[in-house]
Amino acid sequence: MPEEFKPGCQRPSIKKMNIETNASTQMEAKEARKPMVKVGKQAPDFTASAFYQDKFVNISLSEHKGKWVLLCFYPGDFTFV
Amino acid sequence: MKYPEFQNLGAEVLSMSVDSVFVHKMWNDHELSKMIGKNVPFAMCSDQDGSIGKAYGIYDEDSGIETRGRFIIDPDGNIQGFEVLTPPVGRNVKESIRQLQAFQLVRNSEGTEATPSGWKPGKQTLKPGPDLVGNVWKVWKVDQAFND
Repeated sequence: MPEEFKPGCQRPSIKKMNIETNASTQMEAKEARKPMVKVGKQAPDFTASAFYQDKFVNISLSEHKGKWVLLCFYPGDFTFV
Repeated sequence: MKYPEFQNLGAEVLSMSVDSVFVHKMWNDHELSKMIGKNVPFAMCSDQDGSIGKAYGIYDEDSGIETRGRFIIDPDGNIQGFEVLTPPVGRNVKESIRQLQAFQLVRNSEGTEATPSGWKPGKQTLKPGPDLVGNVWKVWKVDQAFND
């Protein structure tokens, strides 16, 4: 099960991935133009805060290894589609 | 609504946007739960700085949001397929389920079977091999791509 956290007044801190935390300014400029991922290649792992079963939790992609995952990005909450 | 189908296929669903988990909770409580008659059954993830979206190549720097990127990731953590749409057009969840079923069939057959155009469960698969080269037209008709 994902690990629950207690929300405070601050937004949950962002769990950056190694590839990005180690990035210099120059690297960040490159990151911004990062190309599309490729099919057949490893999906970038991440840890993200999430709302799940009425709790605030931290979830990693890697904890779902061994299962199929459908990962859906969308523009924003309370948008229309 | 289709979450049980994903569960039956042994798949987990994760949604992701740049909204905070607090806004996710409000969206669930005040709109989505009313739409589907229950809480959103999967984890609604937050990518506040867009770093995850950037890693997947679907973050839109100009508007600071994530476009409709949908990724099918296999049990080894490899991306098998993706689709990216601009914001005004919604996805077809049934098509995601069909693709998931097709990728699972191919994986379970250890690559001995392939799913031709328009395949869905119950329809004919192809078994690639030397005998099939140049002979697909004999065993598979174009109409099969469009028949239900």
